[in-house]
Amino acid sequence: MQTVLEVRALTKHFATHRAVNGVSFSLARGEFFSLVGPSGCGKTTTLRLIAGFEEPTSGQLLLDGQSMENLPAYRRDVSTVFQNYALFPHLTVAKNVAFGLERRGGLSRAAIAEKIARALDLVHLTGKEERLPNQISGGERQRVALARSLVLEPKVLLLDEPLSALDAKLRKEMRQELKALQRRTGIAFLFVTHDQEEALSLSDRVAIMNGGHLEQLGTPREVYCNPKTRFVAEFLGNVNWLGGAGVRPEAIRVSRDTLDGASAAIVEGQTFLGNCVHLTAKLISDGSLCTAEIHPQHCPFQAGERVFISWDASDEFRVP
Amino acid sequence: MKLRTIFLAPGAVIMLSLFFLPLLVVLAYSFLSRGPYGGVLLPWSAESYTRIFDSLYLAILWRSVWIAAVATGICLALAFPLALYIARAGERKTLLLNLVMLPFWTSFLIRTYAWMFLLRDTGLINTALQSLHVIREPLPLLFNTGAVILGLVYGYLPFMVLPLYATLEKLEPALLDAAADLGASPLVTVWRVVVPLSRPGMIAGCLLVFIPCLGAYLTPDLMGGGKTVMIGNLVQNQFTTARDWPFGAAISLLLMGLVLLVMRALGDKGEELL
Repeated sequence: MQTVLEVRALTKHFATHRAVNGVSFSLARGEFFSLVGPSGCGKTTTLRLIAGFEEPTSGQLLLDGQSMENLPAYRRDVSTVFQNYALFPHLTVAKNVAFGLERRGGLSRAAIAEKIARALDLVHLTGKEERLPNQISGGERQRVALARSLVLEPKVLLLDEPLSALDAKLRKEMRQELKALQRRTGIAFLFVTHDQEEALSLSDRVAIMNGGHLEQLGTPREVYCNPKTRFVAEFLGNVNWLGGAGVRPEAIRVSRDTLDGASAAIVEGQTFLGNCVHLTAKLISDGSLCTAEIHPQHCPFQAGERVFISWDASDEFRVP
Repeated sequence: MKLRTIFLAPGAVIMLSLFFLPLLVVLAYSFLSRGPYGGVLLPWSAESYTRIFDSLYLAILWRSVWIAAVATGICLALAFPLALYIARAGERKTLLLNLVMLPFWTSFLIRTYAWMFLLRDTGLINTALQSLHVIREPLPLLFNTGAVILGLVYGYLPFMVLPLYATLEKLEPALLDAAADLGASPLVTVWRVVVPLSRPGMIAGCLLVFIPCLGAYLTPDLMGGGKTVMIGNLVQNQFTTARDWPFGAAISLLLMGLVLLVMRALGDKGEELL
């Protein structure tokens, strides 16, 4: 696949801390790539360095093989969707979308109008052209921000936690729409989020960041099922550390009957989560706690009951 | 009585007794006839108002308006970049704001005299230029319209800086990033995003500068040397040397009317901000 953006040993030191420390990765054309990590891990700084809002301390950024060094933000062919959208409050929806096109020059009025109409249609905002940002809902503002960037057909679209300002229901809807939008436009998306579920469900590839460096990079399946570090394993989901191996709760089987290789345990308690039950049991052998995710219909166990815990060897992973 | 009403009372009493009632007196005076040594006499007359339309007075009125407008324009041009700089100055903000307000620690009169010592024929600037043989004759820096405008700009610049700073400081930094991201160079960003969003501050600043400039009398009197008469000087003159109180009262009311018109022209926003 053709590389559109290459990040090489990117480093940014601030006076008080090292925000980004030798991060390298590359984006393929048309790829949905996520940078995920806890707050303060350097993911937003990485995005700002690519956009050109910050100067890197060292490292290289190549867009289509061309170095972006010394190229100010307004000359870079990437576009950002900001966390709080940063729509211009004094401009209507249509004028917000037109802002970038007008800066380009060489486009006729009619061509601009047509591009705006198409961009607004793409995000289902036709009919809201003359509204001001404070006259539309949060979800609509989000769409305007997307249209404003997409209309420029950037080589890479940078999204800085774009869904975090929306309520839970809308967030799930927008997630689907974002994915569809990316497929339809074929633009490479670099998506920054602290929400691992969002990253795993949307991305072609995920990079997990921690303390300014990249912990692991791979497809969602790879990083979830075969995490290379303890941090990645625990950041992406719940883990049971059983005899040095990590096992996800959903891979654990609980049974009243003893099976080959099963360990005896005592049920400590359970938490009902709606679509599943998290059952906690203490292994008799070494006293370690183990959580199993079980379908609510298949969980007849009582606290204090003796059960047998087992899992497939293929479901376990080892980290250094 | 409600607490709110009690809170209103001191202000209301002061405004009524010291502002509104005297204003009624001024209104009454403006419709009376002049006394021989100042003061007012019967009969009632509207002559003071008809006299304003004398071309001599209309010229003074026009001069006052354009001098105030030019001074306001210069203040705006100087204050906007300064306010923008201070708003983005981070930790040094407070220091810079205090420097803007520093001149208020000394009386306006003294500061005006200081300017006169700088600008007069034997002042610092002319003496320095002469001793450096740049000029032979002293430059006419004082006692002209330019000096009046300089004095007004100097005196009222902080009133433009402060409201502009207040709006610019609230400007979301992400908007500047967004403009750059969409391809706007820094200058285009200022023109297309910062200027439109600082309109309320500009209107407030322009009112705060234009209104006192329009009624200024100390600056034209001292720095204009009595040659550049503005409407404020005219009013003062009527109550002192000219001893024509009704005419002075009529001009003051006209000045108030002008100010109200300007505020109307700038829309309801201006009134809210004041």
